[in-house]
Amino acid sequence: MRYLPLTPAERSEMLGVIGAATVDDLFVDVPAAARLSAPIAGLPMHASEMAVERHMAALSAKNLSAGAVPFFLGAGAYRHHVPASVDHLIQRGEFLTAYTPYQPEIAQGTLQMLFEFQTQVARLFGTEIANASMYDGSTACWEAVAMAGRVTRRKRAVLCSGLHPHYVATVRTMAKFTGDTIEASAPRLEAEPDTAGVIAAIDDQTSCVVVQYPDILGRVTDLAAIAEAAHAKGALLVAVVTEPVALGLIEAPGALGADIVVGEGQSLGVGLQFGGPYLGLFGCSEKFVRQMPGRLCGETVDAEGKRGYVLTLSTREQHIRREKATSNICTNAGLCALAFSIHMTLLGGTGLDRLARLNHARAQATAERLARVPSVAVLNSAYVNEFTVVLPQDAREVVRALADRQVLGGVSLGRLYPDAPDLANGLLVCASEMTSDEDIEALAVALEGVLA
Amino acid sequence: MSRYFTQDHEWIDVDGDSATVGITDYAQSQLGDITFVELPAAGTAVKKGDAPCVVDSVKAASDVYSPASGTVTEENAALADEPELVNSDAEGAGWLFRLTLSDAGELDGLMDRAAYDEYVAGL
Amino acid sequence: MSAVNAAGWRPEMGSAAAGSAETTSGDKALMLEEALIFELREPGTCGVDIDAADRGPVAGLARFLRKAPAALPGLSEPETVRHYTRLSRQNYAIDLGPFPLGSCTMKHNPRLNEKVARMPGFADVHPLAPQQSARGALEVINQLAFWLIELTGMHGVAMSPKAGAHGELCGVLCIKAALEARGENRTVMLVPESAHGTNPATAAFAGFSIESIPATADGRVDLAALTARLGPDVAGVMITNPNTCGLFEREMKTISDAVHAAGGYVYCDGANFNAIVGKVRPGDLGIDAMHINLHKTFSTPHGGGGPGSGPVVLSKALSPFGPLPYTARMPDGTVRLIEEEDGAAEHPQSFGRMAAFHGQMGMFTRALAYILSHGADGLARVAEDAVLNANYVLRSLEGELEAPFAGSGPCMHEALFSDAGLAEGFTTLDIAKGLIDEGFHPMTVYFPLVVHGAMLVEPTETESKAGLDRFIGSLRSLARRAKQGDEGLKSAPHFAPRRRLDETQAARKPVLVWKGDAAA
Repeated sequence: MRYLPLTPAERSEMLGVIGAATVDDLFVDVPAAARLSAPIAGLPMHASEMAVERHMAALSAKNLSAGAVPFFLGAGAYRHHVPASVDHLIQRGEFLTAYTPYQPEIAQGTLQMLFEFQTQVARLFGTEIANASMYDGSTACWEAVAMAGRVTRRKRAVLCSGLHPHYVATVRTMAKFTGDTIEASAPRLEAEPDTAGVIAAIDDQTSCVVVQYPDILGRVTDLAAIAEAAHAKGALLVAVVTEPVALGLIEAPGALGADIVVGEGQSLGVGLQFGGPYLGLFGCSEKFVRQMPGRLCGETVDAEGKRGYVLTLSTREQHIRREKATSNICTNAGLCALAFSIHMTLLGGTGLDRLARLNHARAQATAERLARVPSVAVLNSAYVNEFTVVLPQDAREVVRALADRQVLGGVSLGRLYPDAPDLANGLLVCASEMTSDEDIEALAVALEGVLA
Repeated sequence: MSRYFTQDHEWIDVDGDSATVGITDYAQSQLGDITFVELPAAGTAVKKGDAPCVVDSVKAASDVYSPASGTVTEENAALADEPELVNSDAEGAGWLFRLTLSDAGELDGLMDRAAYDEYVAGL
Repeated sequence: MSAVNAAGWRPEMGSAAAGSAETTSGDKALMLEEALIFELREPGTCGVDIDAADRGPVAGLARFLRKAPAALPGLSEPETVRHYTRLSRQNYAIDLGPFPLGSCTMKHNPRLNEKVARMPGFADVHPLAPQQSARGALEVINQLAFWLIELTGMHGVAMSPKAGAHGELCGVLCIKAALEARGENRTVMLVPESAHGTNPATAAFAGFSIESIPATADGRVDLAALTARLGPDVAGVMITNPNTCGLFEREMKTISDAVHAAGGYVYCDGANFNAIVGKVRPGDLGIDAMHINLHKTFSTPHGGGGPGSGPVVLSKALSPFGPLPYTARMPDGTVRLIEEEDGAAEHPQSFGRMAAFHGQMGMFTRALAYILSHGADGLARVAEDAVLNANYVLRSLEGELEAPFAGSGPCMHEALFSDAGLAEGFTTLDIAKGLIDEGFHPMTVYFPLVVHGAMLVEPTETESKAGLDRFIGSLRSLARRAKQGDEGLKSAPHFAPRRRLDETQAARKPVLVWKGDAAA
């Protein structure tokens, strides 16, 4: 009971002040029939720090961690080297154990960080403004679709076929309840994304076109062409970035005409963590600010005229607007935003540019080597650090066989698209600055062995 | 021209079949600093009791109900840059929107100035 | 004797006279101001060593290349560490003192949990790694799920929601899906007027119309009004228990039975589960769905506003409709992740996926470590001490501050006060800001909405009696100052890094990003 400071003597003394004989008297409003008089049967009792650590370490050891083996997974979650100072700083108790900055006089640390974060995200995305973060990329993607509906007063969203299938599924789930119509389909195994198909799907009832950039197969879409087509029909372009490192190399979506840019910020600072917590990024044009979801931090002054920061425009949010709020969201991903922001502060625009170029070079080296594996073909004509290869057999089995050989070789399209047999032989392969020549060779050799 | 008041603290000036709507000075004083006003676009059809307009203060978003039915003809564009006009001159330059009335009979139940002042005094 | 004190150094006390209020730097000893990163460095610098790429972009990428790097500065590691360390010191935190935000449950965050979450088998595993390589991670999810089900007495649990409000949405979507499966179109959700704002926001999102249920004078749901409203158009009720006035809803089982009899479902907002964990199981009160804020009851850190985690426990009636993916223990004892590939066969009535991947794993590891540390006995003690601390605050202060429900019986984990009796012009806000000067984080203010000038104090079980006594002493003195009309309180805080901030200006002319280089 090392986390409970009260002693038995103090408990008695406090009960005296309260005027209760026992602690159970304080639970008198709980109906006696439902009140538990003893610890719930069948559950373990309290345990020492050492015992818990051992239990958890044993579970941890049952996983093959990415750093232990050649590793090539991406598909919406990316492994990059995170400078040691990032994790050190986010563990400062003043960040880690603070609450949402509702009392700005004693939360300027979090607030200034959020203001810097919003600026970093906006400049990375090429949008005028950004919010203080959301749960993750997939939920940010849905929020963008919902916001586009509010802005355009239309209810039909066109999702490009290259949008991450988990994002598509999330949007579809939410749309079932709002009555939005969602147009979406699985991608085809082609070198180029289907830009003409997306453009053809836009009509004058379309609220937005959602385009992942780079897309789920690692391909890069001509956003400017889609933006022009969308705007001509009065629709918004929502760009989705699942790998922000890619924006070190390719143009910012906002600069290409995207009205809303959302993304998954996990790849900078946050780490893999088996899928969460991650970091939703959300940027857009300033004219839409009152339709935006999520928390916003703004600059102001204090009573002495000193610059300071506050959460602002909160009348959009659930705790004030209740059933008329722009979203039911009432949290952001503060600590993940901090990790992202610190990593971005270390990199700067220049560092992100270098990092993206290095990632791209490692991906090229990987693609070239895999292309020499018999009966394996690289699909993409363009990619940044992730691309698709087509195997001669179902990639799901190949991925498992590679794992048996201690190589985490990629994400099979069959796992992402179980209902699309034509994609079954596709394998997504991702490289990064962490990928060594030895890793690449190990993957190629293992793949040759599995396919032999 | 006559001015009428609602129990929800809106005022409406009526001149023939055209009218101007705002919130009362009492309402603005209760809301505190107004930060933003969401106004209905010209052409919007409103029914009496609809909430075509929202007045935001720092910690609250308050619906403004239309005292009468009609079609919006104009929004107070000045409020986009200066929402504080609703604080400084709620019953003048801080008006919210104008509309063409569809049923002047709806005004019958509204209060005049004296009745409204008495109503506020009783709150 | 050798040379005596050649340097001339000798300790002196100086004088105790007040110094100048200002300094040249603007910093004041340990009170350090900090510029924005954009003011510290121009773009073009980088604080990370990155190898040069050994080749240029592939030809296909040429037309997509960025014209110039993003205009963001890169700071060296020493500058970065100093920047964020200086910023951190402008934050109040649980590590510094009591953080008695009602309904938010700011309790100590054990550092073992941080250590566990960073074990490479949890922190460095890809969500789409083949399941055979992530058995331990799936085991963590399943073990935590088991605990949550046992502690709540429910049938199933959805682990993927990313925060409390997301979990609430999950629960309401389950209700919606269950009604659809029954072929019924029930459109009304009943929500007590004391509810968290998320409740009506969530229900409205799911397409329900909201009807408010009044509270009785003792601060609980008006059972008669609620049962009178039940009928074939009512989908269900969303109730917070313990409620936001800090009281246990004694009639919860009666309410549940009435709602069920009328064909509806009962959603419980589990934000306050920390008050009853180990003392009563929501499943025994007839609840159909309840989210659990792992960052509240199970102590995962709030992190300055997230990330949260909001698993939802479900009754037998609602479990078939829960989201994908989820974990299931197989006959061979291993744990499998059921996702889209097997969903149609294993979980055909699921309402779908709520987010990418499988939930907040980094929060699961922390929460499981916390639960295992306390065990079944310790968790009950957590609830007992939380309730004891809150009642101690309530009874120590009820003579100083108006406590509207002090006569309604013991409070649960939080004590509610109002602004009644303060001097003319003095408000709850003044007391909150006064607490800042006293070195405490203020309580939750102006919530719940049913009490004018509400002050909701939740001390949590991790405050010592000595710490509570200091807090009570400060709040008592502030209450007296506010009753006496001490003008100094109107301008508090005086000693924080900032005085009161102009929120009106921030909202009228929003400045959301730095534009200091825009003029160039």
